[in-house]
Amino acid sequence: MIEIKKLTVNLGDFLLDGVDLKVEKGEYFIVLGPTGAGKTVLLEAIAGLHPVRSGEIWLDGREVTKLEPEKRGIGFVYQDYVLFPHLSVKDNLLFGLKQTKRPKEEMGRVMEWLAELLGITPLLERSPDTLSGGERQKVALARALSTSPEVLLLDEPLSALDPQHREGVQQELRQIHQRLKQTVIHVTHDFEEAIALGDRIAVLGAGRILQIGKPDEIFRQPNSEFVARFAMTRNIFTGEVRDGDHGQAIIAIEGTEFEVVTELRGRLHASLRPEDILISEEPLISSARNSLKGTITDIADRGATRYLTVSTPLDFVCLVTRRSFEELGLAEGEEVYITFKASAIHIF
Amino acid sequence: MMRNILRWSAQRRLTITFLLLGMVILLFIFIPLAKMIFSTSPAILWDTLLDGEVRSAIGLSLYTALIATVVGLVLGVPLAYFLARHSFPGKRFVEALIDVPIVVPHIAAGIALLFVFGKNFLAGSAFHAIGIDFVFAVPGIVIAMIFVSVPFLIDSAKQGFEKVDVRLEKVARTLGASPRQTFFRVSLPLAKRSIFGGTVMMWARGISEFGAVLVLASYPKIAPILVYDRLEEYGLDYALPVATLLIIICIVIFVALRTIAYRGERA
Repeated sequence: MIEIKKLTVNLGDFLLDGVDLKVEKGEYFIVLGPTGAGKTVLLEAIAGLHPVRSGEIWLDGREVTKLEPEKRGIGFVYQDYVLFPHLSVKDNLLFGLKQTKRPKEEMGRVMEWLAELLGITPLLERSPDTLSGGERQKVALARALSTSPEVLLLDEPLSALDPQHREGVQQELRQIHQRLKQTVIHVTHDFEEAIALGDRIAVLGAGRILQIGKPDEIFRQPNSEFVARFAMTRNIFTGEVRDGDHGQAIIAIEGTEFEVVTELRGRLHASLRPEDILISEEPLISSARNSLKGTITDIADRGATRYLTVSTPLDFVCLVTRRSFEELGLAEGEEVYITFKASAIHIF
Repeated sequence: MMRNILRWSAQRRLTITFLLLGMVILLFIFIPLAKMIFSTSPAILWDTLLDGEVRSAIGLSLYTALIATVVGLVLGVPLAYFLARHSFPGKRFVEALIDVPIVVPHIAAGIALLFVFGKNFLAGSAFHAIGIDFVFAVPGIVIAMIFVSVPFLIDSAKQGFEKVDVRLEKVARTLGASPRQTFFRVSLPLAKRSIFGGTVMMWARGISEFGAVLVLASYPKIAPILVYDRLEEYGLDYALPVATLLIIICIVIFVALRTIAYRGERA
């Protein structure tokens, strides 16, 4: 368990101001915030790598605020991995183990176990600069886990990866967390990543914690501009993904089924951009499309565009230009059809 | 298409101009060295090598430059690391100060050292009390060499440390390494190529030093001073073989060290 009390850190031109956090043992905790909100510095302060102006950090009932980083028992993974370039993958993994003064055979066993856990055994003799981004990330994770840390701190672990590797590493993170019951603090600016992984999310903006809660609380009742703006630009649902006909996948969200394009199965999240939804007065006939009938329950005027909320009864936020809004003669209470492609839904 | 051709030929003209200018300076460096080496017959070189005075002078040069470099490593590398990792008011001034020995005339540097390490001065009298003299003595050669050559090592090591990502050191700390262990296991190995390059430069610069050593300790004779003495006393014919031998030895060592350094780079 980790507890942060009124932590204040100097960030040069602004402060990380009075941060209060409590992360339970075994919890996957997300700190969500835009770039420049002080997320990396918060992690560095927890790890003892950045000086703290005031406040306290408690790890498993012992105060570590002034403790040297090497005595804290914290694993750290930077955004761009930061592997030791002069050491092989194997020696990167052994770096921390050598500090623990264990017998050699035991270090070897732990190293091999970690390599197996992350599927990097074939890479052990390689040099870090010959690895792909995803491989480096796995090595960095294995290295951080090598000292069996109380808490694993992850600084934007997915953002330097290309989309196809990102999903794999994201799964990896979830599995490691579940298998090892590892307490994790993961900072990110990616809302979907936060929802997909976090047991709880803290929203950080301009050096302050704005909101802490479970993922659905955060996006259903956002109390910050950052989250609210995101909630406006994404329709987010939770549902069950299973095999459909013709090799397609189906997601069932509160009794309504949609065609989606994904390899993932199980209880997952779906997001849909408002601009990917087509509004019409008559149903559009198309086999590759999801089409629903609903009622306009809310209209938000944004100048050249309008955000409509269409209740089907699932609420969809849709974006239309002022011109088509007027041409269609849309109004609150009116019945319309909404249509979107299976590929427009992002499953995560 | 037309424009492409034009751009090509303009590019080419520039490349050729630069190449020609480069050739001038390359020849300027190469010709005197080559002429000197080839105008001395191997037999004379061999005789020179058998000359006890020459051998002891060259040996003394290599030895004193080595001692100077070791002192430079022990005292200079920590400073280089400190400068690479900290910023403080006056840092620019400190960095400029380190480079001053490169820009002052070395004969003046020798006189400056004399005023500290001479027997009647501050450090000189203190060291004299414990039996170390600088003027007309090996320690004098060494400090003259350190003074004029250590900036090369400090600058190079500092650049090496600056290139080491601070976050590598931070990660090492989270993995249980103390600051000292982090320095020896991460920072130093990653900067070693720059430090090695600086070490070679410092040593080579030490061997070639003349002015500062002349003022402080013209005896025992290091090789450049022997060359100068022979030139003064017996003329060019007697100075030339010693000078040639010195150049050949320096080139061989320099090439050997560079080869080691580059082999490390490929691995």
